[in-house]
Amino acid sequence: MATVTISKKACSVNPLKMSQPIGGALAFMGLRGAMPLLHGSQGCTSFGLVLFTRHFKEAIPMQTTAMSEVATVLGGYENVEQAILNIYKRAKPEIIGICSTGVTETKGDDVDGYIRQIRAKHSDVANLPIVYVSTPDFKDAFQDGWGKTVAKIVEVLVETPKNASRRDATRVNVLPGSHLTPGDLDELRTIIEDFGLEPTFLPDLSGSLDGHIPDDFTPTTIGGAGVEEVAAMGQAGWTIAIGEQMRLAAEAMKDKTGIPYRLFERLCGLEPNDAFIAFLSEISGRPAPMKYRRQRGQLVDAMLDGHFHIGGRKVAIGAEPDLLHDVGGLLTEMGAHIHVAVTTTQSPILERVATDDVLIGDLEDLENLARERGCDLLVTHSHGRQGAARLKIPFFRIGIPMFDRLGGGHQLTVGYRGGRDLIFDISNLLMADHEENHEPTPESWRGGVESLHTASH
Amino acid sequence: MSSLSATIQDVFNEPGCGKNANKSEAERKKGCTKQLQPGGAAGGCAFDGAKIALQPLTDVAHLVHGPIACEGNSWDNRGAKSSGSNLWRTGFTTDINETDVVFGGEKRLYKSIKEIIEKYDPPAVFVYQTCVPAMIGDDIDAVCKAAREKFGKPVIPINSPGFVGPKNLGNKLAGEALLQHVIGTEEPDYTTPYDLNIIGEYNLSGELWQVKPLLDEIGIRILSCISGDGKYREVAYSHRAKAAMMVCSKAMINVARKMEERYGIPFFEGSFYGIEDTSDSLREIARLLIERGAPPDLMDRTEAVIAREEARAWAAIAKFKPRFEGKKVLLITGGVKSWSVVAALQEAGLELVGTSVKKSTKEDKERIKELMGQDAHMIEDMTPREMYKMLKDARADIMLSGGRSQFIALKASMPWLDINQERHHAYMGYVGMVKLVEEIDKALYNPVWAQVRKPAPWEDPSTNWQSKAIAAAEAEAAALAADPIKAEEVRRAKKICNCKSVELGVIEDAILAHGLTTVEGVREHTNASGGCGACAIRIDEILEQMAPIAPPIAAE
Repeated sequence: MATVTISKKACSVNPLKMSQPIGGALAFMGLRGAMPLLHGSQGCTSFGLVLFTRHFKEAIPMQTTAMSEVATVLGGYENVEQAILNIYKRAKPEIIGICSTGVTETKGDDVDGYIRQIRAKHSDVANLPIVYVSTPDFKDAFQDGWGKTVAKIVEVLVETPKNASRRDATRVNVLPGSHLTPGDLDELRTIIEDFGLEPTFLPDLSGSLDGHIPDDFTPTTIGGAGVEEVAAMGQAGWTIAIGEQMRLAAEAMKDKTGIPYRLFERLCGLEPNDAFIAFLSEISGRPAPMKYRRQRGQLVDAMLDGHFHIGGRKVAIGAEPDLLHDVGGLLTEMGAHIHVAVTTTQSPILERVATDDVLIGDLEDLENLARERGCDLLVTHSHGRQGAARLKIPFFRIGIPMFDRLGGGHQLTVGYRGGRDLIFDISNLLMADHEENHEPTPESWRGGVESLHTASH
Repeated sequence: MSSLSATIQDVFNEPGCGKNANKSEAERKKGCTKQLQPGGAAGGCAFDGAKIALQPLTDVAHLVHGPIACEGNSWDNRGAKSSGSNLWRTGFTTDINETDVVFGGEKRLYKSIKEIIEKYDPPAVFVYQTCVPAMIGDDIDAVCKAAREKFGKPVIPINSPGFVGPKNLGNKLAGEALLQHVIGTEEPDYTTPYDLNIIGEYNLSGELWQVKPLLDEIGIRILSCISGDGKYREVAYSHRAKAAMMVCSKAMINVARKMEERYGIPFFEGSFYGIEDTSDSLREIARLLIERGAPPDLMDRTEAVIAREEARAWAAIAKFKPRFEGKKVLLITGGVKSWSVVAALQEAGLELVGTSVKKSTKEDKERIKELMGQDAHMIEDMTPREMYKMLKDARADIMLSGGRSQFIALKASMPWLDINQERHHAYMGYVGMVKLVEEIDKALYNPVWAQVRKPAPWEDPSTNWQSKAIAAAEAEAAALAADPIKAEEVRRAKKICNCKSVELGVIEDAILAHGLTTVEGVREHTNASGGCGACAIRIDEILEQMAPIAPPIAAE
């Protein structure tokens, strides 16, 4: 069991963490025709916008209430009102999702109250779906913002079924954590549909940020879960939540509709997927299709082939709690040792990460500890690149942001196939690193037995 | 210039080979390795063997004369390492086509040599003959001679087309080519009393460099390594060495012996695998050099280095011993390294379940027996199913083998470590032994095994292939146990001589009926070992078993 410590540093250096409101904004981007609106100063939005644009390489819909100094002091009612009206006029959204920021939370704006007033005052937005989430920047992190936003969407938009007996057993709600990519959601959709089940994803980034070329320019999100689909989620037979961060939303769904849920802490690796497939088999009453029997064999084979390369690696991993637990778990099962684990925020999952201690810290901590403990594989998002270069160790990118490589939106971790490909990618990285940097020379072993530990591999 | 068949006969006559000495004249002519069985699992061909033996020469252009298969399907697949040129990793082939087959490929070969010399200017070109040009009668000796004269560079023909025999023979033919065309053709800049040849070492994964620092420290110079990380010129002047060590069991014994014969360079057969073997080899090197005139304080320096390195290695290994307690290893490997690895593993406190002797000579087997005590369980020609059953019965916790049998271990979800050519790690000398132990530890305790052994959610564990294999094996065993007559039949039906298709029962009957005590007698009465002669060793064993009190066989 890992002990969780919080960095005592006053100054965070090379941050690993991203803020809550943009986690929330990304969740809103998984709704069709949505416009995420950050209630804060312009910069709050533009930084998030740039971050997502660089990660997904897509146009990102995101708006700001553009709080000025004066508005911040006096309160942001007028800014929220104007923002909603302007967005309504210009973008014709199906839904507006508002996240608060550090600025407006410090002042203490009552955004829920504002929205009531605005609806009363302007009849054209009286029935426009608007969801507000409190996501102060100075508290929690990206995945918390995502989780809270999904929970709030459930509370506001999902309709309580009038008659529980009218539930449709073939319909399944899927609440994916922010650590899953649009590619992961596509994979999950395929798997679930192969059991004859009909999934509704909330949020559904696979429709909106999967990198397809739209027929038409729209200022809002393209694709994603529609408001009416979300409303109808109350009729599903089951809810599947993926990642501990989704427990809040799954509970909200259960409270509102009575739908039972099953939370999968991980979907990366053999056992988690065995459990997942077994669950789908159970709720659908269908045997696992041949395809998955073959894919399982492929994953097992990949694990056997990959363990030669991954086994014994000393890994330093920096990721948000659910991603850390998920990918770190697979690496551990392949024989790697997590010598350094750095994360962004508290989560009950952290104590189950397969390592001695998990530090809530930054990339400076990750780099220094990796150096101290002689790690030979760095796993984190793209900002780890400088540290990896200084450490001169191979660097595998996971999570958001991935701005210096393509395909971040399609990196797979879920399913047998996702695990298989992840193993290949990491193993190939290690093999390439060996070829480039660790070919033996006549000097490699001059130090005798000691040389093994100064320059392993 | 001797013909290929004469060279092969010469190789078969190798007096330095103990196994060969035990054979009759007729057996010897048949060749020194088991005849390849059509339809049976085959190893590499003679061309492969020759290329393996010579390719580690790093600055040589290795040109394969033949259709694309010979080089195209196999190039750059060896784990040898170079400290200098990487030309050896460039694949050169004449890639002959239909027209060449009809009209002859000699012109193309000559042009290829010309292009290589113009573009790469290597110190030498080695030309490898393959089956098709050998069949159509391309005279590579003549082409090489012409090219040598024209370009003023060594162009060496390696006459070892695949069909003349197995890999092992190719190793020796490669050695013959070096003896005939390369060794003794140049002179070193200077010589010292500490000049050593290492023969049959390929520097796989750079493992020679695990030992070289020790030799450097002691003051011994590797004048020439044949062929790991070797350069053409080093081989050409290798005849000036004072002593030689032959590393790789029997692969290049002809080179070592003939260099002793021609140049008076004494050699010994040694190994750098395992702590004690490494120490013994270092001592032996020092002893031979002192015998040839090196100052006797060389031995003191050698002993000092041995003492220090042994202490360090033991200390590093000691911490693994508790982790290895009660752990059993199944070792399946070619003869090359069997016995030396056995010793190494026992040093680490591992228990050996058995060791395959498929490619080992009888001497090797004896050494394994000696090392492992009387309970040694030899595994000869184990079928994959038996191998699986053995692993499954948890009689082994880990399997160490070459690349081919890995899949059984892996499919059986059993820890496995690669100890043959394709491996990633170097295991030589003291440092290599520690590395091997570390790798075994890593493989043994990798949690991936627990993962992959888990049944699939839809699986009924009683119907997967593993349990079916076990059930089938058990059913067979039970049937035999219940039916002693049938069991005896099965036992007697075991084929001993593949060439002449002679079964164990026939041999036993002949021994009993005629009171036979020698392999020759058995051959006379049953025709067994009248083919390639490889089964003579097995017949010897049968004779031993049937007459435990009979005097030892003359050949022993």
